[in-house]
Amino acid sequence: MPLVDHNAVHWGALARAALGLALCPLLFGVINRVKAKFAGRTGQPLLQTYFDLARLLKKGAVYSRTTTWLFPMGPLLGLACALAALCLAPLGGMPGLLSFEGDLFLFAGLLSLGRFATAAAALDTGSSFEGMGASREMQFAVPAELAQILGLAALAQATGSLSLSEMLARIDMVRWEAAGPVLALTGTALFLVLLAETCRIPVDDPNTHLELTMIHEVMVLDHSGPDLAFILYGQGVKMWTLCAMLAGLLAPVRSGDPLLDVSLGVAGVFALALVMGVVESSMARLRLLLVPRLLVGATALSALALILLLR
Amino acid sequence: MRNAQAIPIRHIPLLPVEEFCVEVLEAVLHEARLSALFCAPVNGELRLFAILAEDRLGVLHALSAPAGNGYPSLTPDCPQAHLFEREIWETWGVTPLGHPWLKPVRFPARNPLGEAIAGPEIGQARFLEALGEGGHEVAVGPVHAGIIEPGHFRFLCHGEDVLHLEISLGYQHRGIERALVNGPGPRFLQHMQTLAGDTTIGHTLAACQNLEALSGCRVPAGALVLRAMALELERLANHAGDLGALALDVGFLPTSSFLGRIRGDFLNMTAKLCGSRFGRGLIRPGGTGFDLDNARAEAVRAHLAEVFPHCVEAVELLWSTPSVLSRFERTGIVSRVDALALGLVGVAARACDVEIDVRQDYPVGAYAFSHVPVAVSQTGDVAGRAFVRHMELLHSEKFLTEHLTHLPAGSGPCGGFQASMGNLAPEHLAVSLVEGWRGEICHVALTDSAGRFAAYKVVDPSFHNWAGLSMALRNQQISDFPICNKSFNLSYCGHDL
Repeated sequence: MPLVDHNAVHWGALARAALGLALCPLLFGVINRVKAKFAGRTGQPLLQTYFDLARLLKKGAVYSRTTTWLFPMGPLLGLACALAALCLAPLGGMPGLLSFEGDLFLFAGLLSLGRFATAAAALDTGSSFEGMGASREMQFAVPAELAQILGLAALAQATGSLSLSEMLARIDMVRWEAAGPVLALTGTALFLVLLAETCRIPVDDPNTHLELTMIHEVMVLDHSGPDLAFILYGQGVKMWTLCAMLAGLLAPVRSGDPLLDVSLGVAGVFALALVMGVVESSMARLRLLLVPRLLVGATALSALALILLLR
Repeated sequence: MRNAQAIPIRHIPLLPVEEFCVEVLEAVLHEARLSALFCAPVNGELRLFAILAEDRLGVLHALSAPAGNGYPSLTPDCPQAHLFEREIWETWGVTPLGHPWLKPVRFPARNPLGEAIAGPEIGQARFLEALGEGGHEVAVGPVHAGIIEPGHFRFLCHGEDVLHLEISLGYQHRGIERALVNGPGPRFLQHMQTLAGDTTIGHTLAACQNLEALSGCRVPAGALVLRAMALELERLANHAGDLGALALDVGFLPTSSFLGRIRGDFLNMTAKLCGSRFGRGLIRPGGTGFDLDNARAEAVRAHLAEVFPHCVEAVELLWSTPSVLSRFERTGIVSRVDALALGLVGVAARACDVEIDVRQDYPVGAYAFSHVPVAVSQTGDVAGRAFVRHMELLHSEKFLTEHLTHLPAGSGPCGGFQASMGNLAPEHLAVSLVEGWRGEICHVALTDSAGRFAAYKVVDPSFHNWAGLSMALRNQQISDFPICNKSFNLSYCGHDL
């Protein structure tokens, strides 16, 4: 018996998507605040990312003469992919805007397409730094995407559904008791993917100014003004989406009251941001050579979860 | 000759140039180090001078030869001479015949009127190239993403691996050595204090020791102790700052934030001694510009006692965090053999198990009667250089606490802070070595018949050590360059002068 109507547009999810759009820049504020607390600093304002976005949108963009139409398309396509992914993602057990059987593949595909758009725009500049960043991003994407697909497949197997909204709606305390190890393995793998996808320590350092060590930041060095705002906002939307999914998996508290469930989902998202802040404050970045190993580790966890289910 | 001693120029052996080269090569083969190699005019004739340091014995040797138009290059057999020879060629047109990579060291400032000046256009230089499939070059600088000095780095890469790094500096060339000829003038101290802003104490101390050696001035004990304390405070501040910066580069926030603040505390202690956080105006020829009474010494000691435990705690956090260790260890390794061949000095050399330290090997001033242990590490990697800094923090703090508690008493023959300076001895050469926080600072002064400088040679530790950074990057990941660079933390302006 499906808990979520298939092949349907859930108009009620519009409000939840709007909530995500409005709150996602706040995630950066929370992470930065946690890091500042650990470092004994006051830290930047919680709303700093909103100010940054407003400032960038007011500016003009500068384009290098060596770039083509690919270059301005990168941020646009990247943001579009992130927004489309947000539409698919459930929040607090409530379905996303769209759901259909197999939408988890579309979800993974959208994230890949966004990555492709950013990397293509980076290569379009012809800069050796950006080429280096794009090559790193693509190299790390291979294990990260694999870990994500296998993790989602394990969830699909555990819940018997191929739709994200349905899958997460079916995960509750009872299922955790029945298939706890599998869900925990998948959750860990998806958390590592979250760190990689959102370019946080230990995979990437979003605050570094050292162009030779950057992965994501170096790819967007040439973007400016509104383009940069799109990239920044796209990152926020992506982080919100992934956090919402992971929170739904790790803390499946369902009360039955939609308002309460959504609030719990939002609390889960911010709790994950808190955890990310703690991770960033308490460990150094990995050596670049070791990043694929971490992600292959995540893939192994996902695969193990899937094998446990298939035996 | 000894450190901070003047000898008449006529006592320096004047050899034929071939014999000079053989002597230098033999000395380097027998554990001597080339502290300085330069050209200077003596009685209207251009001469090559070599200052050789025998660290085990604590003696310095000066050799000279008529320069002529050229001489057989030392570099093929003695790599530590490579930059000196390029510099001599650039400044005096004396060609080292057979130098493998002869190109200018610096970019002279352009005249705004566009008049022709000898030397390359700024930024124009030849670079090594890698041939073959799959290689690429990455060029960084001279304008960098951070607020640092200008320098150009050219990486020859294969994928993420660095085959070779070529470093092209010279953007900060100010012509200081040229300005010092016929000195010491009224701006002498200013020049010395700004040779490298972060080594104000080290360079000023080396310069003052030279002037005192040339004029036969005896510096009162109080001043000697105060100078050594300032030097150790400079070391504390910079080592703490460097360890914090290393932590920042690997994204480890707790240590980086705390050490950044604590560095400021150490600078403030220097300010308590002389009113300037970088020690400007503290050291003067003949003594110090400020005295130190018991009350202020006690205040600095109390401040140190309060701050230092936090500093140690923050540094020890580095060693107890596995993710940090995994970044530091086996990154940017320089072998002991390479370190000796390139003549590395200071922290970079000690991290490669080369036990040299001017404070131990050529002790003068307060170090003559108060030993500071030498910190060495065997690994030669980033972790080694960080560890040496950590140990030196501990040693410097011990030295400071000891001397702040027991100040030399009274203003008698061993107290006081300022002695009067006489005229400089004519036709003498003085060499002064100081262990700055980066490593050995070498100043050589030559006077003419009127007791003015005929030449003044400054060798910043960075001049020796930039080549070490190049070696450290070989076969490393290009993404590890920032932490390798930070672990050396060399000076651009000290190199460019």
